[in-house]
Amino acid sequence: MEAVLDNREKRGLAGTILAWDEALQPKGVTRAPLWKFTLWMGFWGVVALWGVYAAALCWIFGLNQTGMNDYYGFALWIWADLAVIALGGGAFFTGFLKYVLGHEKPLKYIVNYAVLIGFICYSSALLILAIDIGQPLRGWFIFWHANVHSMLTEVAFCLSCYFIVLTIEYFPNILENRVLSKVPFFRNLVKNFHGSMAVFAATGVFLSFFHQGSLGGLAGVLYGRPFAAREGVFIWPWTFFLFTWSAAAYGPCFTMLLTRIIEAVTKKKLVPDETMRFLAKVSGWMMGTYIIAKIIDTVYWAQVTAPGAGFSLSDFYASGPFYGYWFLALEIVIGGIIPAAVLLIPKARENRAIFTLALVLAVMGVCVNRWAMVVQTNAIPVLSFDKWAMYVPTWQEIATTILPVAYGVLLVSLSHRYLPLFPLEVGEKDGH
Amino acid sequence: MSEAEKTSVRHRRYGMVIDLDKCTGCGSCMVACMAENNVTARPDETDKKKSITWMRVYSFDNGKGFPEARTCFLPRPCMHCAGKGGHGHSPCVSVCPAVATDYSAETGIVSQIPTRCFGCRYCMAACPYHARYFNWFDPVYPKGMEKMLNPDVSLRMRGVVEKCSFCFHRYQKAMDKAFYEKRKELEEGEYQTACTQSCPSGAIAFGDLDDPKHAVYRLRQPVKGLYVFRLLERLGTEPKVYYTTRHEWIRKAADRTVNDEKTAG
Repeated sequence: MEAVLDNREKRGLAGTILAWDEALQPKGVTRAPLWKFTLWMGFWGVVALWGVYAAALCWIFGLNQTGMNDYYGFALWIWADLAVIALGGGAFFTGFLKYVLGHEKPLKYIVNYAVLIGFICYSSALLILAIDIGQPLRGWFIFWHANVHSMLTEVAFCLSCYFIVLTIEYFPNILENRVLSKVPFFRNLVKNFHGSMAVFAATGVFLSFFHQGSLGGLAGVLYGRPFAAREGVFIWPWTFFLFTWSAAAYGPCFTMLLTRIIEAVTKKKLVPDETMRFLAKVSGWMMGTYIIAKIIDTVYWAQVTAPGAGFSLSDFYASGPFYGYWFLALEIVIGGIIPAAVLLIPKARENRAIFTLALVLAVMGVCVNRWAMVVQTNAIPVLSFDKWAMYVPTWQEIATTILPVAYGVLLVSLSHRYLPLFPLEVGEKDGH
Repeated sequence: MSEAEKTSVRHRRYGMVIDLDKCTGCGSCMVACMAENNVTARPDETDKKKSITWMRVYSFDNGKGFPEARTCFLPRPCMHCAGKGGHGHSPCVSVCPAVATDYSAETGIVSQIPTRCFGCRYCMAACPYHARYFNWFDPVYPKGMEKMLNPDVSLRMRGVVEKCSFCFHRYQKAMDKAFYEKRKELEEGEYQTACTQSCPSGAIAFGDLDDPKHAVYRLRQPVKGLYVFRLLERLGTEPKVYYTTRHEWIRKAADRTVNDEKTAG
């Protein structure tokens, strides 16, 4: 680095920037030329700015900028919130497998990346929530005037705490940057962080278990909405457990899918096959058992819970302009049974194309589930003389929902370029 | 009698009985409610899904052609649900993360505090009656209108949820008057909602559902030829708004039925 600074005058500004870029990259890796990287970042930066502009409109002029209305108090943003948190479940479940159950060897190659994805998902969720509330400056009321009976209170507390845990888990990755790690204080700090990471991971698992469950409970306790309401154990409706289970099952699929994407973009092998096989197998078992539980839950709800409230299954699926039975099949069969079967059958998961397709279907499946629990729940009229309500998001909502995607791409790109994210790539044998 | 009992106010369970056979759908209850409670109206109200109507009159028919065609007008205020078991576990109250809405054991009224609400809209998602409304826009009152606003009712700002309060400010005024006159109890009629007062056909009755001296107590008793029901009884929300009608097709529409179950009454 000193050499870079000393040669600044000789190199000129462009040369200095290039030298800085090279100096910040991990040793021994090859990265795309800076101009290509800048173009890539510029594109996603513009997309992110578009989202920021839309978010600013909502903050300045209020939620009348959205397509939400008195029927759809919860809509696209809350769906996106629930979806990214489910997909970010890979972080807590990978941490659980590595630090709590002790599967150190296969997971050391992917845990940094899983933590980064989790960090992006949870910070995005908090950002969306900050835009979604009608009085953003009063957001702190949820902590100050907390109603302990509300599932949303539990979500807010756990979400905030887990975000802090994820920040602590992601922080050492930043300090391991080639330049930063030369500072002795940072080096020692990272060492200490690694020494106590199991505690943070275990805390994260505990927090994540509860808030994933509470997000399910959000819908399950709506006994005025028979589509979402579920009976359950003690104070928890079944959706509490189904949401935690599905996040643990589908979250790692999202991590693996993103790994596949980044491998395709960089044309490099970043995670060993052994790691992917292990995660796929665990995910397959989790998804398989989840989908069995989900089918049992659906049958019981359709046969007992819903009729008890005066509804038949056709009231939920066959009457609306959009929500046919196909929607149920999309969630359970195409987004659940099929990917679970692929991940559980060794021959199927060895096939790279089929395996990747299964990951795509799994991600789609959990997103459809969250959509049903948020948006379809509002669409179904409960009063018999009321009508199905339709909802069309405005461009402001769409742009704000795309904002976390752009933010995620930017952060993954930066992290991959400058941090030792994948131990396999930087030639580390022990990982962290 | 202890000192606390001497000064304590008897717990009431205020509610409504609405006779649908008397309701003509004139909408005066809606207008009275808006005027009494400073409900805003935008210059352009074409986007009905973002408008605010604490008291809304639904209209639906029996689906038959002339001459059997019949129409029902159903006024729908907030149901002030007592919730499962009648312990105040209303669908909206238990989900609000900041206790911006609460169930009063003293009156049975579900309150809403606009300055506490931060607009998460979870209560709206929880309410099966669509009785809760979000302020999508800044409140606008025509010039000079501010002189007509009711000083007893707070104005609501953009970004918070609001709903029918059974004109709770009138209860407070009536109680103040009663205390001034050294009384702890309100007589029937001392506390009335604006919609009850304005209904020209006398379709809306209001009072303590548990007090035999109040008309609503008698009206909600199912007697021969008079059928009483509540909206969505099966959900267990325990609404405190009762409806009466002699027409079975209206009673059938009040609740969801599976396999042609018989309706109450």
